[in-house]
Amino acid sequence: MIAFWTLAPIMIICAFGMVLARKAVHSALFLAVVMISLAILYADQEAPFLFAVQIIVYTGAVLMLFLFVLMLVGVDTADSLIETLRGQRALAAAAGILLAVLLILAIAQTTIGTVVGLQRANLDGNVPGLASLLFSRYVFAFEVTSALLITAAVGAMVLAHRERLTPKPTQREVVLQRMQDYAAHGIHPGPLPGPGTFARHNSVDTPALLPDGTPSELSISRVMRARGTVRSVAGEAAGPLQIEAPDEESEGGEE
Amino acid sequence: MSPTPFLVLSALLFSIGAIGVLVRRNAIVVFMCIELMLNAGNLAFVSFARQVGNLDGQVAAFFVMVVAAAEVVVGLAIIVTIYRTRRSASVDDASLLKY
Repeated sequence: MIAFWTLAPIMIICAFGMVLARKAVHSALFLAVVMISLAILYADQEAPFLFAVQIIVYTGAVLMLFLFVLMLVGVDTADSLIETLRGQRALAAAAGILLAVLLILAIAQTTIGTVVGLQRANLDGNVPGLASLLFSRYVFAFEVTSALLITAAVGAMVLAHRERLTPKPTQREVVLQRMQDYAAHGIHPGPLPGPGTFARHNSVDTPALLPDGTPSELSISRVMRARGTVRSVAGEAAGPLQIEAPDEESEGGEE
Repeated sequence: MSPTPFLVLSALLFSIGAIGVLVRRNAIVVFMCIELMLNAGNLAFVSFARQVGNLDGQVAAFFVMVVAAAEVVVGLAIIVTIYRTRRSASVDDASLLKY
């Protein structure tokens, strides 16, 4: 009872947050809150097996998959705000609200008998009860499920598999290409400088300092510069060489 | 506790998911909204299982979870494939079958 009235508002708010969030990652996090709350409601309603499965399968596997694909597809693919059909959003929202009103009216007008409860059904424990149902009355559906799962796995592999259209360049070809780039365009053939080298911090948002004290643009990821999260090293770039006191140097090394 | 509040919550979550499917353009968010709708259905199943007093509703919820997991796997693979060819995850851009 308390669990329900605590969790229900949270779930509704998070569900709305999921629909309204601009960024897909925020939507995924809101969905995670809804799913964990649902798991607690399952536990509250005498379904301990579904409680565990909800957390393991949904918040564990499915949401991880969602986040993984989000990272793959690009976190900052924001929704386009252009409506392809005019007035579609307003109409869709109105239709959704009407659906909610309709469903709630239907539920409110239905008389549901007394609650039997699962004390008798869960007498041997919830999991043995579910297992005896799964392997007797629903055994055919269970077998079909296995076929579905294996088909889904094979289908996902076929869809996500990519044929290599061009031959893979050998190490020799890569080297030759790099030297040609250097000769033709002056592109540095060696590896790029790592971030934080000779700077005060060794995190990836700190550009490396060149020997003359200026920050190296090449040492910072293009994405971080576009987002403007690069740490300024103006204070650390000392310019002319200074000899610091040894205790200050050890302090800088710890950071 | 009577199952009516649970059913109302389930109906609300289902409607919010339906609104999301209709309103959002990002294919991944549309997918999340479908997951929300499936979960709302599961909540109704579990509530009715307790009300009726047998475990069939919980078995049904279990099957819904299995089907949802399979659906997510295939759907996300399709989204990744579309993204590779079109560089976009918007449902408006994948309209080639129209022509």
